[in-house]
Amino acid sequence: MDFEKLQEIIADNLDADKEDVKPEAKLVDDLDADSLAVVELQMAIEDECGVKIPDEDIPKLVTVQDIMDEIEKCKNA
Amino acid sequence: MTGVKIISTGSALPSRVVTNDDLSKIEETSDEWIKKRTGIEKRHFTAEGESANSLAVESAGRALEKSGISKDEIGLVLTATLSGDYSTPSVASFMQSALGLSKDIPYIDINAACSGAAYAVEIARSYLVANQDKKKPYALVTGVEELSKLLDPADRTTNILFGDGAGSVVMTTKEGPYASTLGAESSLAINCPGAKNLRSYIRMDGKEVFRFAVKILPYCIKETVSKAGLSTDDIDYFVCHQANKRIIDHVVRAMKLPKEKFYCNVDHIGNTSGASIFILLDEMEQKGMLSPGDTALLSGFGSGLTWGSVLVTYK
Repeated sequence: MDFEKLQEIIADNLDADKEDVKPEAKLVDDLDADSLAVVELQMAIEDECGVKIPDEDIPKLVTVQDIMDEIEKCKNA
Repeated sequence: MTGVKIISTGSALPSRVVTNDDLSKIEETSDEWIKKRTGIEKRHFTAEGESANSLAVESAGRALEKSGISKDEIGLVLTATLSGDYSTPSVASFMQSALGLSKDIPYIDINAACSGAAYAVEIARSYLVANQDKKKPYALVTGVEELSKLLDPADRTTNILFGDGAGSVVMTTKEGPYASTLGAESSLAINCPGAKNLRSYIRMDGKEVFRFAVKILPYCIKETVSKAGLSTDDIDYFVCHQANKRIIDHVVRAMKLPKEKFYCNVDHIGNTSGASIFILLDEMEQKGMLSPGDTALLSGFGSGLTWGSVLVTYK
């Protein structure tokens, strides 16, 4: 998935401005995501990319870049 | 197809209103935190002298009065509940003397948790169709919960969510489009241990339930509408179980449906499980939102895990 697509999904699900969704942006601190928003995001990414993000990895996903890396990892798994 | 006609609605909420600020005085939470995650601002809890049974009687009595039918024309009394005053007798049978109803009809409680209202409407319809009693063509169907007695004061992930209340409909059958989708899969994701346990408290895995809800609700809606040979444009209102505003918001966005068709009242009554759909319907009726001939899709999802969706016509 390219970054722009991910940016769109995150902005849409977290109700954030697309330009605020930078690689270094923190989901909870910068983009105001709570636990349900993270679940919504996880589901949206899984639908969009056809990957399964393991629940145990979710707490490790702090920034937008972490999500990008996680998608790559899941694709190659 | 033999469908469902709602003749009248009624509801009853207990007198004690508990706001998020009230809760934040007794536990570590805040109005902002609760509102953001759930859309809930307040809920009603039973006070001295109020209970599931008393709310059910009050609510059913109102629906009955508004229906204009004679009590003798009721052929079935059905209650959806998981929190009646007694494990037995049922809430339904309690209504017989309290409302002065016939002794010669069945009184049944069913437990399908938050899907209870949808399950109850389909069961009532099936019964009325099978029974074909022209003198008793109506069913009095109630959803009632007193969940406050099942809330763990120490579990702030659940005790902010739920409320008490009752909603009722008087319904009958009518030729027209109809479909229902009812189902379940075994899970303890939302549970409340039975009577042998000293402390019978509701437990819930919020994330798992959220994931379930936002998948099953679109499925129920699409499946039922399509089975009835309709499209979502033909549905005037999607009357959904009020668990959490975020679930409804997600579904409206994902299905690209007009949000005006999803009236919500979770903000002021919280999650009342089996009662929520009928309470919502009565609130819509009182606000003058329902016109004769309107088509509504009642959809619930909850502990079981269960799900249910039924198509009804208002008057």
